[in-house]
Amino acid sequence: MGAPASSPAVSAAVAEFALRMGDNCLILGHRNSEWCGHSPALEEDIALANTALDLIGQTQLWLGLACEAEGKGRTPDNLAFLRDVSGYRNLLLVEQPNGDFGRTLMRQYLFDAWHLPLLKALMGSADRRIAEIAEKASKEVAYHLERSADLVVRLGDGTAESHARMQAALDFLWPYTGEMFLADALDEELAATGLAPEPASLKPAWQEHVGRTLADATLKVPEKSFAQKGGRRGVHSEHLGYILAEMQFLQRAYPGASW
Amino acid sequence: MDAATISRPAIAEIWSWLGEIPDPEIPVISLVDLGIIRDVAWAGDLLEVTVTPTYSGCPATGVINFEIERGLREHGIEKLVLKRQLSPAWTTAWISAEGRAKLRGYGITPPVEGTAACAGALVPLEVSCPRCGSAKTERISQFGSTPCKAHFRCTDCLEPFDYFKSI
Repeated sequence: MGAPASSPAVSAAVAEFALRMGDNCLILGHRNSEWCGHSPALEEDIALANTALDLIGQTQLWLGLACEAEGKGRTPDNLAFLRDVSGYRNLLLVEQPNGDFGRTLMRQYLFDAWHLPLLKALMGSADRRIAEIAEKASKEVAYHLERSADLVVRLGDGTAESHARMQAALDFLWPYTGEMFLADALDEELAATGLAPEPASLKPAWQEHVGRTLADATLKVPEKSFAQKGGRRGVHSEHLGYILAEMQFLQRAYPGASW
Repeated sequence: MDAATISRPAIAEIWSWLGEIPDPEIPVISLVDLGIIRDVAWAGDLLEVTVTPTYSGCPATGVINFEIERGLREHGIEKLVLKRQLSPAWTTAWISAEGRAKLRGYGITPPVEGTAACAGALVPLEVSCPRCGSAKTERISQFGSTPCKAHFRCTDCLEPFDYFKSI
């Protein structure tokens, strides 16, 4: 073990880690909410909205922890609505445009297949607060994964049209998956202090699940291994700015507005 | 008895008051039936009520806390604090037998325990229709009118219905 649990260095690491977790949930939750009222079927519209709701709820837990650990008196709302693009720590995968329903679903699946094993590992975190949020979130995310995997198989192994769209979605999103398993200095520190698993340690479980699901879906795993990266250090694709412009509009135009 | 003891209603009585507060989403069951009240205890003259959320994004959470506070104040509790407890995470196994019967009567099939999602394929379920009792039902969607429910249809009486998912 490194520094004691209450040291400023550990608190800063916990705050930054919670930000990464919360930002993934927030941006993917927001992307899913964009479908509200526009999905191809009513049941899927409801499922997407409910998945978004779970993710926004998890965002509140993670950003709440980030605020508590950084101790600057900020609130989760401050973090969500008053940070600019470079302050966001989410994976590039979750900010990618929704595209068609197939791409939205494939993005959700590739994320869920990583999110669940990550949360299961975090249940053993040296920080009790991280472990508790992970325990809560993992139960919800297990249902996200069950649904997204099932639909990837049904659409991939569906009609010629749905198959082609799912393959196109997979090919488009694949370069954004490598970032999940890359480690920076903070990840190494988190792993060394038992706060979070090494990102690379999650890869075998992800590959196994994705390999099996894509085979069932009759989809071909892309061969290129190039990974787009930058989200963890605040270097994002152009899309995040548009998301924030919409999501943060009210607080930017009317600072401090409340219900 | 001193003044402090007189103004401190018994814990059992407070539980019975909480048992009268309906869940805002499914008003036929109470917060106690739902299993989200984890502890009620006095700390001096301060009443501490420990509540665990059902789903982390459940919009009813804020209303639930408001209703607990209002309900207890109506019974004369002046100093109270609500504590949020995340772990152990809420499980549908904590829904009371009475709560399950009430759910079914309301048209929602109660959770089949031990069938929570586990990262594999869809867990096969035997969910019976809350209207005609038939076991011939099919899953329409993993999510229903709220995150805690799935959407099913009975292939005998042809009625759609909500199933409260095991979690």
